[in-house]
Amino acid sequence: MSAKTIVTTEALMKVGDLPLGLTVQPGSTVDFKTGDWRSALPVLDREKCSYCGFCYVYCPDGVYQDMGPEKYYKPDLDYCKGCGVCAHECPKKCIQMVIQEV
Amino acid sequence: MSAPKGKSDSARAIGLEVSLAIAEAVKLAEAEVVAAYPITPQTHIVEHLSELVANGELTAEYVPVESEQSAMSACIGAAAAGARTFTSTSSQGLLLMAEMLYIASILRLPIVMAMVNRAISGPINIWNDHSDAMSVRDCGWIQVFAETGQEAVDLTIMSFRIAEDPGVLLPLIVNLDGFTLSHFIEPVILPEAAEVRRFLPPYETAHKLDIQNPLSLGALGGPEIYTEARRALDLALTGAKPRIQRVFDDFAKVFGRQYKLVETYRTEGAETILVTMGSISETAMTAVDEMREAGQKVGLVRLRLWRPFPVEEFRAAVAGAKNLAVIDRAMILGFPEGPVATEIRALLYHEKNRPHMTNFILGLGGRDVPRSHFKHIVERVRELGASGRQGRYELVGVLE
Ligand code: SF4
Ligand code: SF4
Repeated sequence: MSAKTIVTTEALMKVGDLPLGLTVQPGSTVDFKTGDWRSALPVLDREKCSYCGFCYVYCPDGVYQDMGPEKYYKPDLDYCKGCGVCAHECPKKCIQMVIQEV
Repeated sequence: MSAPKGKSDSARAIGLEVSLAIAEAVKLAEAEVVAAYPITPQTHIVEHLSELVANGELTAEYVPVESEQSAMSACIGAAAAGARTFTSTSSQGLLLMAEMLYIASILRLPIVMAMVNRAISGPINIWNDHSDAMSVRDCGWIQVFAETGQEAVDLTIMSFRIAEDPGVLLPLIVNLDGFTLSHFIEPVILPEAAEVRRFLPPYETAHKLDIQNPLSLGALGGPEIYTEARRALDLALTGAKPRIQRVFDDFAKVFGRQYKLVETYRTEGAETILVTMGSISETAMTAVDEMREAGQKVGLVRLRLWRPFPVEEFRAAVAGAKNLAVIDRAMILGFPEGPVATEIRALLYHEKNRPHMTNFILGLGGRDVPRSHFKHIVERVRELGASGRQGRYELVGVLE
């Protein structure tokens, strides 16, 4: 190209490297870190938590991990989109949605 | 544009309604899934297909869906499972199906659809023009226009071969004019089943849903990939052109009927060339014959392939003409020319020796197109050419 101004691109992949029909391999959503959509972060008060598992069950993205003997649940922040459902459903009101500064 | 002529001795023309002949062609192609919703004037095709399936003459899954949107969705599912898939629609049905057309092409699923061209309402109208086809011009499907019943049959059979070509893998629309072609009884040669099977072996593909080899179809494509995805589809569609001609050539070797992407009729030394698509080309050719007999240097160029547009073939076909009369069977509301003319004018913009060109719109909503229309058009395009005026459509036979 002879134009002086360089065009920047946010493209993820070259045209020629795209799979036929844009198919996606199984299990590949693991690489798709939806956590960066988040504007608020669930912060859990372990002292108040009764280990009832509501957050684990209600989270639409299934990001809560059972901490077992630790007796509480922990969100995987790579995939938590910050919807606040867990905080709303927690019977102990021990999850706070904290706005994240960018 | 040769008359039906079969290589094999057993090939004999029979009188058949073109819609039924297309259904028979789908049977010969051994389609495995047909999902369709009846709409005038396409109804006879899918009606006959459902009969063929019910009678056991065609071993296929016939899915009588509740809408065209579902018809195309079912076709997408079937094609994604690796089945040879067929459907058919017209006009309003096409509009209801439209959103799914774009999905079929980006997923590269080789569905074949007969589009029996009918005007888009309103006012409510069931008769023929090309406004339905033009409304989905950019859906990413290969699109061809048939002129005769024989051509519609042959194109239907070839369509599966083209669409399923591993170097193509795109859905394909066979356009044919509603009523004026679909409901006519024409002499048609139905090829021998064994020969069709040799020409069109069963569809085998690795590009399908398979529990042994799982994959997902239809994932999100955000800003970081959408541009590249659209470019890839455009390259696939444009790149299909030589392969389409190759299938036409292979068909000629087996069945003796040779098709081209762009057909020319008496264009040698023609000063004025008519450009048409679809069944009115038959009437136009008769008009050309009459004008040639009267000593006028008139010829005809017919686009069989509409998408991908056969750019080089079209340029070569009209080279040397002084006047081009481009016929449209649809309008672009709010723009000075119809869809076919707009594209052709854009293509000719870069030519050193551009012909004079005028766009004539006719045959809307089933209005009859007699030979006299073409004679009027030829006189008119010459007149406008001589005066150097061009650039607005003329609506032939409009009362205002
Ligand atoms: S905020 Fe939403 S996504 Fe994040 S852990 Fe709670 S429920 Fe799950
Ligand atoms: S819903 Fe609240 S109380 Fe129950 S486990 Fe989750 S954080 Fe603890």
